[in-house]
Amino acid sequence: MTARHVTILDYGVGNLRSVARAFEVSGASPELAETPGQAARAERLVIPGVGAFRSCVDALRAAGFEDVVREVVTARERPVMGICVGMQMLFDGSEEFGRQPGLGLLPGIVAGIPRVDAAGNRRKVPHIGWSPLQPPDAPSGAGWKDTVLGDTTPGTDVYFVHSFSARPTEPSDVLAVTDYGGYEICAAVRHGNLYGVQFHPEKSGPSGLQIIRSFLSL
Amino acid sequence: MQRRTRLIARMDIKGPNLIKGVRLEGLRKIGDPQARAARYYAEGADELIYMDVVASLYGRNSLVDVVRHATEHIFVPITVGGGVRSVEDADRLLRVGADKVAINTAAVHRPALIGELSRQFGSQCIVLSVEAKLRADGGWEAYTDNGREHTGRDVVEWVQEAESLGIGEILLTSVDREGTRKGLDIDLIRAVTSVVDIPVIASGGAGSPAHVAAAVSDGQADAVAVADMIHFDRINLMDLRSDLTGAGLSLRNPSAG
Repeated sequence: MTARHVTILDYGVGNLRSVARAFEVSGASPELAETPGQAARAERLVIPGVGAFRSCVDALRAAGFEDVVREVVTARERPVMGICVGMQMLFDGSEEFGRQPGLGLLPGIVAGIPRVDAAGNRRKVPHIGWSPLQPPDAPSGAGWKDTVLGDTTPGTDVYFVHSFSARPTEPSDVLAVTDYGGYEICAAVRHGNLYGVQFHPEKSGPSGLQIIRSFLSL
Repeated sequence: MQRRTRLIARMDIKGPNLIKGVRLEGLRKIGDPQARAARYYAEGADELIYMDVVASLYGRNSLVDVVRHATEHIFVPITVGGGVRSVEDADRLLRVGADKVAINTAAVHRPALIGELSRQFGSQCIVLSVEAKLRADGGWEAYTDNGREHTGRDVVEWVQEAESLGIGEILLTSVDREGTRKGLDIDLIRAVTSVVDIPVIASGGAGSPAHVAAAVSDGQADAVAVADMIHFDRINLMDLRSDLTGAGLSLRNPSAG
């Protein structure tokens, strides 16, 4: 099999080494794009992101990537996947440190995980750890066919580390959820060729690498 | 659903070797950290922790190469500690693929470092490493330098202060129990988990699966770091995991999906 091309946006936020390496061992030849020109040619695009929503969006815009992401998603219709804050940025905005605008590619907002549950008990934030992926409605996972979760079994554990999560407006955009102490976290979204995962596939062991391989075969 | 308990392989490193001591002293060589890390990953460790135990002595963390190599083949979160004194030190480790950095000595001497690190990298990747020793009055004092240096800080007060400054997680090591196989210090774990709202990794003293289970069910630890048990091949992580699942804990199933 020839190596599949994937372009990872490098806009100066966080460490991209693990992401690039995870794609490499999954059979891809990852390219780090530092300029919009490089990103515009992407066959498949990955938008990483860690830390604060605002600093990620600001850095992404400052690097000139906003328009090119839009173009790859909507005009060129290539597979695109945002990871963690890279997923959160796809939405209209975030409530982190006051309302911050996102890329608006998916309707919905990003909000903090509630620190208290329905019964009044404390919920630890950040949410750090492994948690199982579940389809939002059909337990069979039939909706995962031909998506990044196409070869993933419902109940598969993946690694999360985050304090905020997306609340999509369109239920049909939700690909997977996970329960965190009674709070339903949106774990993965899909709208056509556009994907977002709140967890870290590059840190989720063999299960995460499987999701990366599925993304590469889209 | 019950939250998954994280089972973490802790590797204390001195120079080129994985080592293990008793109460963080009397260090014995175990062997090549790379081979061990690969094995623990294959056996389903949820995370790895690397601690450079001589870093404070030399004023720097020497694990950059170890981490760079590990992240070539290991796709679970990696925490690195020892000798992290500045934003630059943390950046160096995060750049080679560490997911979190653990700080102790530098944070004790200059708590403002916690805020600097969490603003720069996000609190989710800043771990406070606490070396706790029981005091005569029943409380615990935080130590540095592998349990050798007093800080005068009360552990319960210190973790609360550090949480307010922006720490994202706590690695809580009982120096008294470390390497003894006598069980984790449940009172210590409980004292910390009951006052903070961030995850706590319990470490020090796990000699059996029952000890690990108690740290979670009685201590309310979010994660347990094991070392002695697995380094000396007294049990492997797969068997430990199935014992813990049998004891009613919820752990990830690494073979699914």
